[in-house]
Order: sequence, then structure tokens, then C-alpha cells
Amino acid sequence: MKWISIKEIINEAEKNNIRISDLVKREQAKELNVSIDEIYKKMKNAYDVMVKSIETGLKEKCELKIEQEDGAKIYKKYVDDGKSIFGTKLGQAVAMALSVAEVNASMGKIVAAPTAGSCGIIPAAIVSIKNIYGISEEKVIDSLFTAAAVGMVISNTMNVAGASGGCQAECGVAQSMAAAAITDMLGGNNNQIANAVAISLKNIEGLVCDPVAGLVECPCIKRNASGVMNAILASDMALAGIVSVIPVDEVIQAVKQVGDIMDDRLKETAMGGLAATETGKRAVDKIGKNK
Amino acid sequence: MDVFDIIGPIMVGPSSSHTAGACRIGKYARGILSEEPMNAVIKLSGSFKKTYKGHGTDKAIIAGLLGFNEDDERIRDSIEIAKKEGRDFKILEEDIENAHANTTEITMIKASGEKVVIEGASIGGGNILITRINDANVNINGLFDVLVVGHTDIPGMVYKITKVLYDWKININGLSLHREEKLGNAVAIIEVDDKISDKLCEEIRDIENVKYVTLLHSLK
Repeated sequence: MKWISIKEIINEAEKNNIRISDLVKREQAKELNVSIDEIYKKMKNAYDVMVKSIETGLKEKCELKIEQEDGAKIYKKYVDDGKSIFGTKLGQAVAMALSVAEVNASMGKIVAAPTAGSCGIIPAAIVSIKNIYGISEEKVIDSLFTAAAVGMVISNTMNVAGASGGCQAECGVAQSMAAAAITDMLGGNNNQIANAVAISLKNIEGLVCDPVAGLVECPCIKRNASGVMNAILASDMALAGIVSVIPVDEVIQAVKQVGDIMDDRLKETAMGGLAATETGKRAVDKIGKNK
Repeated sequence: MDVFDIIGPIMVGPSSSHTAGACRIGKYARGILSEEPMNAVIKLSGSFKKTYKGHGTDKAIIAGLLGFNEDDERIRDSIEIAKKEGRDFKILEEDIENAHANTTEITMIKASGEKVVIEGASIGGGNILITRINDANVNINGLFDVLVVGHTDIPGMVYKITKVLYDWKININGLSLHREEKLGNAVAIIEVDDKISDKLCEEIRDIENVKYVTLLHSLK
């Protein structure tokens, strides 16, 4: 699908008097020449893998190369003990995001959404909000099509990869997709969805990609946790009626521009930022000759 | 742009380019070889060379050679699995000149003794580009089914091969031709829009002076 603006998608959905998710399902079915039911089943499959990846990371050992292991389990226990500042319900979102990101780093099975490095944000956002509000699975899976619409617009505008746009192009995009999904799940209208996307993107605009030793561990894993909280925050503000002064499509253009201007040392090359710190350089030696 | 390019691929981590894409190149190389790869020298270049241990790029390529998909959780253990099955896979750290940052060159020897070399790049988001098959520089992105037809370089071969595709109402969307020397070995790489049957492959195989036909299924 060739959508290049959120506005265009909303206009098309409203013209047809359907939800964004229905429009996306319909157009995708048309493009792949399959039934809408088949498209839905394919998304359900992705959703099932997301749920499984949350469970795996919270249950099984994830072997990591440089990051502290078991971060998700440590945090989950703290939340379950009622100690989290976020409370027991929202704290779970953080544990889930850490969990999926740890599964990914340890060569476990995940859904890249939109990338592998940012794979914890969307699952953690939709599953935690589903649990808190008792939302039906069907509605959650539908919301993934809304999220995909946002991801496609951004992807048609800029390259969704840390190597081209920094972390804002990976975790940033994941957050904006997650914000769209949960705003949709919670009954937000199209304008609120657009505002949630705009707000979440503005909050992380400029985030660089500086992975220590080039691995998808530090800072990536914890950025998935911060990402889910930013998605929930942006969605909450949008649902409250707060609007973004800069319209969503202009924010997307701004993020692209920031990515273009960004120094190459901060684009997944492991030559700047955290990767270039003393500890970061030592980590390279630790995993053996930079491999 | 596809919904499942954004929510997907379903894959084994940690990196869509260094793990999922690497696995796909391996699987594609296996398809080109069209027999069980019992040996391979896997050259890793550029970013693949620098970071393969952290990203499991070596494991992913070997998993692909074993026929695993990018979402197969056995990728993690592929090196041990290959060893147990008596396969001889070697990793070589060596830059390839003018290649994409994430490039691998895989050299395999068939049971018949014939050498097959494939070069491929992982170009982001799990997407790949096969850039070389033996001496032929190619440009296969894996989005379409591809027919690789080895034949003798004599007049009329392209006509005869494409005539079969026309008879089957198959639309060609890309075609390239390579030969080692005049009247020597040649290969046609034909990318198509429509589904190709075994029967069609048989028909092409039956053409005089066609040596082999390999059908590579799209990665979608």
C-alpha cells in the first residue's frame, strides 16, 4: 500500500464510513488477492507469537552477551510484590517489554514490529492494556492493523532502520504504532489516534542508535520499556483531548529530517554515544574481538 | 508495502538484517544448490564480519543451509545440528570488495564435485538480494519465483525456453543471461509473476541443450 500520510488514510476511512483497521484489512486483502478473513488470521498468528514471546521471556532464561540477564524477571517480581511506582497493572507493561526484548536478544522467536530491536513495544502495549481493560482479542488484533497503517505511512516516508534514521526510526516508530493501537482499542476517534501518534513521536524525536558493541542489547532492551510507557502516555494524553500543535504528518516529516541530519556515528555504527564510552568499548573486548 | 512487512517478519532475533536476512540467504543458497549441502565455506564480509558472533549471523546462514526458516527456533543450535549431521561448514572472515555492508559468499561442492558459489546481501528488514550465482552477476530479491536454466550457448535457446513460459501463460518480469564463453555453459535467470508447475519445469528440461532447471520459490 502506498499511503504517504495519516491524513489520507483517515480521509479515506471516513469517506467510506469505516474504521482505519477495516480500511487496512480491505486494501491488504485486495492487494494480496486473498479474503479479509485470511488477512485477519495472518495477523492473529503474529499476535499469538507476540503473546508467546512475552511469556517466554518471563519464564525462561534468556542468555545475553553484555546486558544484565533476567531483567524482565527481576522487574516482574518487583511489580508482583506491589512495589512498582506504576502500580501492579501498568508495571506489567514494563516487564512485558523487557521480556520480549530479552527473548529477541537471546535468539528467541519474536515479531519484528517494525524491527527486531523494537519488538517489545507493541506487544507490551496491547497486551497490558488488553489485560487492564478486559478488551476482546478480536479488538486487539484489529488494532494491529491501525498500528500497521501508521507504520506503513512512516515506512513510505523514511527508512525504518537505526542505520538510516537512528533509534527514533525503530523504537520511535514502534511507539507511535503502539500509541495508535491502544488509542484505537480504548475507543479513541481518528483524530485522537493521529494525536497519539504525533505526541509519541515528538517525545522521542532525535533518539540516536548507539548500541554497545553493535549488539541489540544495550540500550535497546531498556528502550523497549521506555517506549511502551511513552506510547501509553501519548495515548492517554490524546484520549484526554490533548492535541499536538504540529499535525502528525508534519511530525513524521520532521523525524525523517532529523534522521537525515543525524551524524553517522549515531546510526547503528557503534562509533558514538554509549557504544563509544569506556565501558562500551570494554564490552567489545568482553565478547571477543569485536564479533 | 505490505502490512506484514511492518508487523513482521516473525523471526528469531536479534536482528532482521543480521539474523533473519542471513538465514534467508542461506536458504536461498540451498535452493540454488538443489541438493543437501554437506559442505560450505561461508565468507562473511563488512558488518557481517564485524558483528556476526553477537548477532548469530553464522548460525543463521547455517540454519538456512539446513533448510530452516527465519522463525525456526533451532537457528540457535544450527552449528551443533550441522556438526551432528556430519556437515562441514566453515566460517571465513574476509571482506569482499565493493560489496554491500552485509554480504556473504557461500561456496558449496555438490556430490558430483561441481562447485557452486552464491553471493548475497541482507539489505534491511530481512530483505535480501542475491547478487551472484557462480560467474553470473544477478539481482534476485526473492520476491518472485525464479527459474534458473543452465544451457549451452547456442542460437535459439532463449526463444525455446521463453516459448514454454508463453505456452503456460506465465508472465516474465525479469530476465538475464550469462555465459562463461561462446558456445560454452550459459545460464538464464528468469523471474516470473505466476506460479510455475513441476510439469512446466519438465518441459524446459526436455529442450535439447538444456542442462538443468532449478525453480527457486519466492520468500513471501
